[in-house]
Amino acid sequence: MDTFEILVALIKVVAVFVAVILAVMVMTLAERRVAGFIQYRHGPNRVGPWGFLQPVADGIKFLLKEDIIPANVNLPIYLLAPAITMIPALTTFAVIPFGAPLEVAGRTVQLQVANINIGLLYILALTSVGVYGLVLAGWSSGSKYPLLGGLRSSAQLISYELAMGLAIIGVVMVSGGLTFNEIIAHQQATSWNFWKQPIAALVFLVAMYAETNRLPFDLTEAEQELVGGYHTEYSSFKFAMFFLSEYANMVTASAFMVCLFFGGWDIPFVDETQMGAWGVVLSVLVFIAKIGFFLFLYIWVRWTFPRFRYDQLMRLGWKVLLPLGLVNIFLVGLWMALKV
Amino acid sequence: MTAILFYIFATFLLAASLFVVLNRNPIYSVVALVFAFMNLAAMYFLLEAYFIGILQVLVYAGAIMVLFLFVVMLLNVQPDQPRPGLIHFDRWWYGLMGLIFVGLFLVLIGEGARLLLTSPAGEAVQIGGVDSVGEALFTHFLLPFEIASLLLTVALVGTVFLAKRRV
Repeated sequence: MDTFEILVALIKVVAVFVAVILAVMVMTLAERRVAGFIQYRHGPNRVGPWGFLQPVADGIKFLLKEDIIPANVNLPIYLLAPAITMIPALTTFAVIPFGAPLEVAGRTVQLQVANINIGLLYILALTSVGVYGLVLAGWSSGSKYPLLGGLRSSAQLISYELAMGLAIIGVVMVSGGLTFNEIIAHQQATSWNFWKQPIAALVFLVAMYAETNRLPFDLTEAEQELVGGYHTEYSSFKFAMFFLSEYANMVTASAFMVCLFFGGWDIPFVDETQMGAWGVVLSVLVFIAKIGFFLFLYIWVRWTFPRFRYDQLMRLGWKVLLPLGLVNIFLVGLWMALKV
Repeated sequence: MTAILFYIFATFLLAASLFVVLNRNPIYSVVALVFAFMNLAAMYFLLEAYFIGILQVLVYAGAIMVLFLFVVMLLNVQPDQPRPGLIHFDRWWYGLMGLIFVGLFLVLIGEGARLLLTSPAGEAVQIGGVDSVGEALFTHFLLPFEIASLLLTVALVGTVFLAKRRV
């Protein structure tokens, strides 16, 4: 590793971190503005132009509020839980390529923090570790509603992880690799996986909503039943950490979806290698636009769909999505066998 | 660099493992065990067996330990009462099933050991990648692999049987 490589790596780490945090800030505002739009009201529009400084105001509020720790919590676990949730949420984006390779001073720079040869499994592994944060938060709060929320979340996340994994297997089968670069290159060479495997895309989309605890599957924090779910007893910045990681998970999940089924940073009908540095910029912008669409879809779904009941959630996961995922794998295998 | 990292992870691993055994709160034990698995995965990474390391996190730390935590939490909150008279089945059947289970398990160990001892020497070079693990599982170790999946299915069916009050 010479100075150039270290410098590039540092810039990429900082840039991706800042970008994820910025996306989270924009999302917290967009959520409320879009909700206002959908429900025919204004939403927060007073702080700054169009309410753009609202996330900053919220952040300051989170930092300055009194941090209340209830009397009968299990203190070490209670303090550990927000951190366990936050770390996977912020580190999963590291393996996602966010643009076409850039030529700098005669060297090729991959626009991706870490190109490891098992990128997909890395994301799955870290998200499965993130479950601990929710479960431990629920348990250590020493109160009924958080405990119920934590238990629900663990069962839900484990169930939908399976469906998610099955949906991914179909993609891995056709592209023949576990790195995002291979999957994107395969989609560039042929066509987006969405056109080839719509079933897998659908299963993945539904599982993605369940994995990020978003409506219609936000059983872990169903306000009407559980007050706030696993983070009921958390206040001030500890609550903000759960809040941030939820949105960061949504950003990563959208990027994951885009990379797997919608060609990643691939620009449709355009060959970006002919355009030099501008092609790279364009590819990054296209990638952001694609993620933006899925983030908007998250909000759109949240404010237009009712919540599932818990048994319906489990039935959907195990009796619909899981068989659909298996059918997809079978069809992909059949197609590959017939093609050869 | 690698040596320093190894000692750091090894220290954490040993400390966490000791903590698992020595403290009395089961929840702390589970959390410490997860931390120990993470350090074990980091050591696999140092050996450049990324796939094995990620599997360690994905399967053990991510899935199995969540179930452990689940059980420990539930036991803590609501002590489970032993339910008498759960099963009214012929004892001989259980003995037979148990014997088959043990027999399959012994075959599995024996077969695995035999194949491991007789496998060609060149295979150890690229071990720990997705390709090599998959290829070994589906060619050389096919029989033990299938037996293991059969055993897991038997265990699953048994769990469902025991967990349901009326079958």
